[in-house]
Amino acid sequence: MTAETVVEIRDLTKRYDTVTAVDQVSLSVRRGEVYGFLGPNGAGKTTTLRMLLGLIRPTSGSLTVLGRQPGEAGVLARIGSMIEGPAFYPFLSGRANLEVVARYAGTGSARIDETLETVDLTSRGGDRFSTYSLGMKQRLGVAAALLKDPDLVVLDEPTNGLDPAGMRDMRALIRRLGDSGRTVILSSHMLGEVQQICDRVGVINAGRMVVESTVEELRGDSELVIRATPADVVRATVDQLAYVQSIRTLDDELRLRVDERHTGEVTRALVLAGVDVREVRRVDRQLEDVFFEITAKESSHA
Amino acid sequence: MPSVVDVSRAELFKLVRRPAAWTLLAAAALLSQVFGYLIPYLSFAGDGSGPIEGASKQAILASTLPDQIVASTLGGFPVFAGALALVFGALVLGSEYGWGTVKTVLTQRPGRTTVLAGQAVALGASVAVGVLVLFVLGAVSSTAIALGQGESTAFPSVLDLLGGYGAGVAIMLMWAGLGGMLGVVLRGVALPIGLGVVWVLGVENLIAGVASSVLTALRPLRDVMPGINAGSLASAVMPTRPPGLESPPGVNSDVADGRALLTVACYVVVCLAVALWTYRRRDVA
Repeated sequence: MTAETVVEIRDLTKRYDTVTAVDQVSLSVRRGEVYGFLGPNGAGKTTTLRMLLGLIRPTSGSLTVLGRQPGEAGVLARIGSMIEGPAFYPFLSGRANLEVVARYAGTGSARIDETLETVDLTSRGGDRFSTYSLGMKQRLGVAAALLKDPDLVVLDEPTNGLDPAGMRDMRALIRRLGDSGRTVILSSHMLGEVQQICDRVGVINAGRMVVESTVEELRGDSELVIRATPADVVRATVDQLAYVQSIRTLDDELRLRVDERHTGEVTRALVLAGVDVREVRRVDRQLEDVFFEITAKESSHA
Repeated sequence: MPSVVDVSRAELFKLVRRPAAWTLLAAAALLSQVFGYLIPYLSFAGDGSGPIEGASKQAILASTLPDQIVASTLGGFPVFAGALALVFGALVLGSEYGWGTVKTVLTQRPGRTTVLAGQAVALGASVAVGVLVLFVLGAVSSTAIALGQGESTAFPSVLDLLGGYGAGVAIMLMWAGLGGMLGVVLRGVALPIGLGVVWVLGVENLIAGVASSVLTALRPLRDVMPGINAGSLASAVMPTRPPGLESPPGVNSDVADGRALLTVACYVVVCLAVALWTYRRRDVA
């Protein structure tokens, strides 16, 4: 492992009686990046993150965090985390909850005001946690994760339960954390989210790592969207174009992988074939498309 | 690096702000006052009912005076204070599972042994304070009664007081420890409280009753049960009762003094060990 690797996971496996929740997962997270851990619900994201924090003991495989074993005091002191939703004492105020966390973390209460400010909870800090909305609870969880001024921030589905404005703010906050030089691991089942804020992505499905790469690599080239009728003539026409790399049908449109310089030729061929062209435009391939492609491939192999 | 002391301070910070903790203390104080002082005093002051269950009015009054404070306070331990302590222990350690805060606490910095030890210290300190509160309230009530009736306000010797207080703390630590251990092992609050209270108030009395009468073969079992030993320890430190008054319910001399203390101490240690062993090795999922 290099000095720049913050998390190194090799062949990590967690098996419960009959279920293998995490199956030989390998991934690495580099210093200063925002790493997206992506997968559907139940894919093994949270179990992996819990092992990363020493909450769960792996069945096999190796895992180093900040160069040491997970769960060691020296390591925990440098990780801020929120796993599977915020968990605090309902009878304490938000601020008092942070006070408890600060005492446990041994950080003193100096940063409490600052972190409350960061997550925009200053005005409600004195209210009981039990009176908070889900979004406020979630933000308090992030505040607690930041109390230690951590090198590594681990956030498990931090936008769960937030309204659109809350989601936007949370994403901006995470992006700021990344920009300030912290390493962030973010798990999510929302591809758009990961696409917006992550540098690299690991995709996990049914306990197995599917792919690990940069967002750009995963997303690949843009696509050419064509909406035209009649569909069979359109399909026959584009099938004959040698420079079209791939064709797929999405609802009533065709999506072509084709270099941008050929856009004009594709349009001309369609017009000459006598079809009614209603729309021709380029779109970036969404991570979502890639994800379904990969996981579908995975499950058809299984 | 946060130590056991830091963790216990964090726990006490939580506890003093926790309404349930105060509710339990209030219940213990209220019951202790009602059964230790109010009911005996009303029986004494009531008109025309004459001797109660063979005890003279004077003996009943005597039982509420300062020199009987150890008996008046510990008298309630087998009946209700023990059960309340068990509930308290289960609340302190078991609630963390219900709220999911186990993971919050264990991802900060201290290791699991430090965390649980700190929580146990906080639990023990709270129990010691709670018993002290019961003694202080008893001192106030008994002095008031003594002054009102022109009786002696003399308290037992400091040594006897300390002995009574120490035995009280030991008994409460045992029940709180049992509650806490069940809270950790069963990862919750409801089941430990339900099982614990059924045991303290029901099963123990049943077994003790059977062992004392029809099935003496059960005596060895009876003599290792927590409630029986707590009752024997309480009776060991109690002063001689005023003539005609029986021991409070649950206070017995089934087990020898030294053995009772040792058994209670063993329960505390075993509860701690079992809780720690479970806490250290189990996944927090």
